[in-house]
Amino acid sequence: MPLTLESSASLSPQVALRPEPFGALAYHYGNRRLVFLKHPDVVSVVKSLGNHPTVGATLDACGIAAERRASFLLALDSLTKSEIIRVD
Amino acid sequence: MKRGLDAPICLTWELTYACNLQCIHCLSSSGQRDPRELTTAQAKDVIDELHDLQVFYINIGGGEPMIRRDFFDIITHAVDNSIGVKFSTNGAYIDAENAKRLAAMDYLDIQISLDGTDRATNDAVRGTGSFDTAIAAMDNLARTKFGPFKISVVVTRHNVAQLDDFKTLADSYGAQLRITRLRPAGRGADTWHELHPTAEQQVDIYRWLTAHGENVLTGDSFFHLNALGPPLPGLNLCGAGRVVCLIDPLGDVYACPFVLHDEFRAGSILDRGGFTKVWRESALFTSLREPESVGACASCGSYDACQGGCMAAKFFTGLPLDGPDPECVRGHGGELLMANTPNTPRTTSNHSRPVSLTRKPIRV
Repeated sequence: MPLTLESSASLSPQVALRPEPFGALAYHYGNRRLVFLKHPDVVSVVKSLGNHPTVGATLDACGIAAERRASFLLALDSLTKSEIIRVD
Repeated sequence: MKRGLDAPICLTWELTYACNLQCIHCLSSSGQRDPRELTTAQAKDVIDELHDLQVFYINIGGGEPMIRRDFFDIITHAVDNSIGVKFSTNGAYIDAENAKRLAAMDYLDIQISLDGTDRATNDAVRGTGSFDTAIAAMDNLARTKFGPFKISVVVTRHNVAQLDDFKTLADSYGAQLRITRLRPAGRGADTWHELHPTAEQQVDIYRWLTAHGENVLTGDSFFHLNALGPPLPGLNLCGAGRVVCLIDPLGDVYACPFVLHDEFRAGSILDRGGFTKVWRESALFTSLREPESVGACASCGSYDACQGGCMAAKFFTGLPLDGPDPECVRGHGGELLMANTPNTPRTTSNHSRPVSLTRKPIRV
């Protein structure tokens, strides 16, 4: 099921984030996947997912404008496939 | 990414030049231990520094890393510091007891090197008995339920035809197959011309990899084949000094595992500032992160696909670094190789065991 604004999600506890000039690297110690988070805004959203009840609330809290939501949902959805973030 | 990262993604650390084998394509010309190799304490300091840099995992190799008596001590220290360990071994030291110890550890990946699915093909490259040794190690890992270890193959002219058999072998163990490109580095510089896949075989490798997708690991080493069609999975670029580097057994830092040569030595972890300073500030790594000159590849429409191929392959075959790869699929590298027989460089530090001085009598 694809991620929606109503989904509740959080960063996997098996993932470490390392800041980089372009954003961050995410590494999943379980499945050994390395993922590039290529924008600082994606990094802040991913980090704060667990602090908000829904994805939509997280995007609001991170100040992501309405016209960017669709692309953020796509990015977050692909991160659920690599298990970097998990849907709770 | 071409401008480099704050810390490497893919760091290879060769723990020792000592090896029980003398593979004819060894990238590091390993054989004998070097008395200057890092001590246990120095090795642990390296790990502490990599932990501070948030290096997620390290690739440990050699030589044969398990020869070091402190091997378990070192890898345990890494794993305890959230640094995953992938190590390459010929399997000689994976007996039942060590297999059990390895199986008990988290964040550990093992790559058993095997260059043929039959004794003759493998042993011609890796030495007599090495096939049986590798299979025994795999059996020991399978018996201890280690989980999906990796079988790591260097693709040569003589084993390209066995790719399906390698996959079958890996599947039979529930293992993952990893195939990588033969580089003309170390002793490989002397054997590359006889071992490297032919032009037709390069196409076979590309097709085979395309058919198997992400189920087969490659260390992203075949990006020079991307000029043949849709790109293979992975980072399509030379990562040397940008995302990749190598620490050798003495603590010297090189741009990648395939260029153990003074020209690509960026510094030492023993220098003031340690590894961090070498990675972030060395003149060599800084220059490797600048936009590269496309050189002779400028007139070829495939450059965006293949990125000019592998720096090490060019260097050790005597080709200009800003020109085509010796295995350029458009044939440009091959033409250059034919045109001149330059005095090609060799790996600077050679730890091969000396050849026997008792010469066999020559029959006439």
